[in-house]
Amino acid sequence: MQFDSFSAFLSMGGYGFYVWLSFGVSTALILALIFNSTMGHKQVIKNIALRQQREAKLRQVRKQNKQSTIINSNPSNEVSP
Amino acid sequence: MWKWLHPYANPEVSYHFTGKLLPWLSALTVIILSIGIVWALAFAPADYQQGDSFRIFYLHVPAASLSMGIYLGMAIAAFTSMVWQFKLADASAAAMAPVGAVFTAIALITGAAWGKPMWGTWWIWDARLTSELILLFLYLGVIALHNAFEDKNLAGKAAGILTLVGVINLPIIKYSVEWWNTLHQGSTVSKLGKPSMSVDMLWPFVFCFIGFALLVATIICIRFRSEILARNSIRPWVKTLVLAQTSLSITKTKESN
Repeated sequence: MQFDSFSAFLSMGGYGFYVWLSFGVSTALILALIFNSTMGHKQVIKNIALRQQREAKLRQVRKQNKQSTIINSNPSNEVSP
Repeated sequence: MWKWLHPYANPEVSYHFTGKLLPWLSALTVIILSIGIVWALAFAPADYQQGDSFRIFYLHVPAASLSMGIYLGMAIAAFTSMVWQFKLADASAAAMAPVGAVFTAIALITGAAWGKPMWGTWWIWDARLTSELILLFLYLGVIALHNAFEDKNLAGKAAGILTLVGVINLPIIKYSVEWWNTLHQGSTVSKLGKPSMSVDMLWPFVFCFIGFALLVATIICIRFRSEILARNSIRPWVKTLVLAQTSLSITKTKESN
């Protein structure tokens, strides 16, 4: 251990402000990057899931439309847009 | 001979491989980086000239050399993607750019905080500092280009061209302290054969450097996996994977309710 007390450790031989500024800003930036990266992964999965749901819904609507036209068996004027 | 590498060009294999790698990589990062930081802050001796402000060195030098190393990696990936049309390389280049930008910013900020007590100024337009600032702008440009196009292949191509043009900046940063007479000091560590540091300063530096390198690898791994998923979202394996993950999270929230 290079320091006799905790306050000596904090003051860093008079350079405390510069040393802790460096370590503080670096830690903050790295934590922000880690947070951004892990959240980004979750966001990508969520986005793909949402698009899948939307596509499934669209497919279902299309299928229903097709079925209803078959049941009505009158495709000439019953087809809904 | 190199055929064993071939399956890793498959996005699915890469995704699962990096997924298995990630816990080990992050555990190793936490261990080595915490040893390095504690050693650097509390146990390494103070410099005979610079006193305790020298402890900024243990952050500044790894961040600065990694900022260049990541750029080199990104340039190799961009080149591979351009020559061999290898799409995973684009994904890895896109994953590296933000990490490189953050480490360049750390190198600049810690450099300023070290320069103020030692040189008497936060910033000076000296060759090393200016070229490192240009590196930050190159990273920001590459990130912007990756996000500027809906079509990821086009985005990768545009960002790749900027990346390769920007490689010219790397030797300028590296040799700026030798080519020009600047305020920034020359290399401390990498004098081959006889490093000009004492051993009780060199060891904490080695731990810090490897720790930060592992941290970079871990974060790039996480971002690479997201890039793979985003670029392959219509593939069946991604669909089943996403379905499994989201249904898992739904059952989890149901259980907690």
